Amino acid sequence: MNVWIAIAATALGCYLVKLLGLLVPAGALDRPLVKRLAALLPVALLAALTAQQTFSTGHQVLLDARAAGLATAAVALLLRAPFLVIVAAAVLVTAGARALGG
Amino acid sequence: MATEQTAPPQTPQETPPGPGGKPDAAVVRDALGVGIAVGLSGFAFGVTSAGSGLGLLQTCALSLLVFTGASQFALVGALAAGGNPFTAAAGAFFLGTRNAFYGLRLSQLLALPKALRPLAAQWVIDETTAVTLAQPTRRAARIGFTVTGATLYVLWNLTTLAGALGARAIGDTDAWGLDAASPAVFLALLAPMLKTTTERVTAALAVVLVLALLPVLPAGVPVLGAALAAPLVLFLKGRGATATAPGTGPDPAGDDITDPGRSGEIGNSPKGQAR
Repeated sequence: MNVWIAIAATALGCYLVKLLGLLVPAGALDRPLVKRLAALLPVALLAALTAQQTFSTGHQVLLDARAAGLATAAVALLLRAPFLVIVAAAVLVTAGARALGG
Repeated sequence: MATEQTAPPQTPQETPPGPGGKPDAAVVRDALGVGIAVGLSGFAFGVTSAGSGLGLLQTCALSLLVFTGASQFALVGALAAGGNPFTAAAGAFFLGTRNAFYGLRLSQLLALPKALRPLAAQWVIDETTAVTLAQPTRRAARIGFTVTGATLYVLWNLTTLAGALGARAIGDTDAWGLDAASPAVFLALLAPMLKTTTERVTAALAVVLVLALLPVLPAGVPVLGAALAAPLVLFLKGRGATATAPGTGPDPAGDDITDPGRSGEIGNSPKGQAR
């Protein structure tokens, strides 16, 4: 049930902000501070999510096979690999590291 | 990524074609390229979501109704970590707010009739914005938006279903390293945003905050706490700017970004932009 509540809340919220952008008259959100915050907020969130899902399980901060996978993804990114290759590389290396006893 | 510097006017849009605009077929080709490449990554979402314990129906509902990838990954991650539904939804929602700013740009470019806007809204995401902004004419912009949106929506939902079914067949998704898919997606989305020192400092601060908060706060809350890195960095920067040159904060980050993020990146890595 909780999951459905979360899905409904997310679906509604995400749809409404998408619609807001299309409906609001141009210039309404056109304040420099608002724009800068809107640009930086995803940066902070994505960085936090990456770190959390790589270096933690539950409340524990730890280093495991995923770190190797993400390091590989980072290298793939630097090499400008396509999106799917980046994700696949992370998955394969994580699986490999785990199979080797990570 | 490769370019250091504080380079705001980085606009490697697609080839700026002549005034007449480019042929419809070329627009369709661009749109299909982005739509297909990113649409296929719905597979990773389906697997991750099912691996996080969500049901088939729940997983598919997310792709159908939320349809903005980063938020979907964030939500299932938070739920898997045991966060309460509202904290989980809040993180996903904040990630989705950037779409409002995409919509602002798109509504000027597309000039959609009022009646169509509620329908078009669902497709206002990173990729459709990137493709649309790269078009030279209104006609091309409309074609680009529609083709990218339709391709991506159909594929993303089909591959989500396939991924969720696949995860069931696989069983223990972690053994296959599939728990690394979600953070890798986040990293791939984040990387092109790290254009200037401001973004990098924000990202670094957010990482430190989330890892520090994880052991002590309830699940889901640490990520929201880490989001405070954004206003914090802006505040500190604002103070620095007023201290040195009052009134003229050069702010390389927030230059002309009505499209927060990096739709300018479309030229070199369209696939780097899953939502």
